Amino acid sequence: MQEALRFRAADAASVDRPDFVKHARLLRREADALLRGLSLTIRGLRKSFGDNEVLCGIDLHIPAGQFVAIVGRSGCGKSTLLRLIAGLEAATAGTVGFGEEARAEDIRMMFQEPRLLPWGRVLSNVEVGLGRDRASPDAQARAERALVEVGLTDKREQWPAVLSGGQKQRVALARALVSRPRVLAFDEPLGALDALTRISMQRLLERVWQDQAFTAILVTHDVAEAVALADRVLVIEDGRIAHDIDVNIPRPRRRGSAELGALEGSILKNLLQGTEDTSDL
Amino acid sequence: MSLIESLPRVRSLRLPRADGLIPWVVPSAIVLVWQLACVTGFVSARVLPAPSDVALAGWKLLLSGELARNIWVSFWRASTGFLIGGSIGFAFGLANGLSQLSSRLTDTTLQMVRNIPHLALIPLVILWFGIDESAKLFLVALGVFFPIYLNTLHGIRTVDPQLIEMGRIYGMTDGELFRRVIFPGALPSIFVGLRFALGIMWLTLIVAETIAASSGLGYMAMQAREFMLIDVVVLSILIYALLGKLADSASRGLERLTLSWHPAFQKH
Repeated sequence: MQEALRFRAADAASVDRPDFVKHARLLRREADALLRGLSLTIRGLRKSFGDNEVLCGIDLHIPAGQFVAIVGRSGCGKSTLLRLIAGLEAATAGTVGFGEEARAEDIRMMFQEPRLLPWGRVLSNVEVGLGRDRASPDAQARAERALVEVGLTDKREQWPAVLSGGQKQRVALARALVSRPRVLAFDEPLGALDALTRISMQRLLERVWQDQAFTAILVTHDVAEAVALADRVLVIEDGRIAHDIDVNIPRPRRRGSAELGALEGSILKNLLQGTEDTSDL
Repeated sequence: MSLIESLPRVRSLRLPRADGLIPWVVPSAIVLVWQLACVTGFVSARVLPAPSDVALAGWKLLLSGELARNIWVSFWRASTGFLIGGSIGFAFGLANGLSQLSSRLTDTTLQMVRNIPHLALIPLVILWFGIDESAKLFLVALGVFFPIYLNTLHGIRTVDPQLIEMGRIYGMTDGELFRRVIFPGALPSIFVGLRFALGIMWLTLIVAETIAASSGLGYMAMQAREFMLIDVVVLSILIYALLGKLADSASRGLERLTLSWHPAFQKH
């Protein structure tokens, strides 16, 4: 069944092609020594918009290199938490600290929308991700390497307008990866993709995370996606961490396996309970 | 049966080169019908001279050098006025689009001035500048200022805020953000303003030249009216049409060159 799916989706085919994965791994190795994720410590984090308190006291430690998924109902504050971590918004109270001194290029964010510049070719869109290194002589080579990573070298001279939704998101991923970030924050990056492209993108995310060993924080509304990818799932309810669940299922994980299903079911049960209690649906 | 048979033949007659000529089919047909109507006496030459007579009048004026001189004078006035008014409008559009302070300081005033039809200022302009060159330049500049200003402002204000946020996250400086995100994003709207402005440019100039001038296309037409030279009047009108088309084609070409990323300009 998995095999059949793989052949039908155009995006899936090129991402999973084994020779290109091997190629990307080879490129990877030379820079590996430098790459480690950053650990993250959040203390007493609060955020209010006017009278509306979105986050009311978050305490959290994420070890370096962990893959954390944050789930919760819409409006629970999960995206706000991510934006605070990425430094896009200022906290009302509390602190977000990284294990070491972090440069701007060390923390990258990927959004639900690809946010590519429509007037830039794919390659120059990836170069944007280099931040202050954009002007360096090896900028183009680095951008090309990031494109290899997401399997889109043949699209380097295309305009974003001609790419499919999944391809655009892969360019956005290459742009986020090109500066070799140590923390990568994902704000529902696969939310707008169709089911097949989603699955192949999940594999791609898992693979680059394993290769580059950055700390990954994924906000998603899809519990199945959270348990398939993450080492740890945080459930946020009413601006607090309601549950903190370790996912001790060895990788590679088999999509649709009984273990994943059981875990997904128990997390969903928690989420739905909250809904019934407040009966706001 | 014969109709069905003829269909594929009609299709095969369509040469690829002919595609570029299609826009000119209707204007050519109009000229042809016009010529026929004049030759057969259906339309009197005192109402409308035949295209051949107009062409002849044009040839004579060309030989005397008068036509070229008048076109050149009008073209110079149009482009100079356009450059002055366009660059001031563009500068205000940029300033007010990028700076809240500048916008609050000047936008209300500009919106008030915008609602005065600029041609209504002709009597005042003649009193100020006489029938000098500066009068025409002033009117043209004033006319093109507003479409350029408004569309530049609109273009900058409507750049996708998500892209601007993205640019900031990826560490773009203000200059880079303008060069790589804001300006290219505003460009389609700026081109809309440019094309509006080109239309207003000709309109203003011709009106100004027919009222107060001693050279130029508008003046040539008014002089011809005095001497009942109806072929020259028609010639002037046709030249306006051609110049207008030329200006439009130039801006389209520029658009195609700079907006090749835009889905609307791909795969013609």
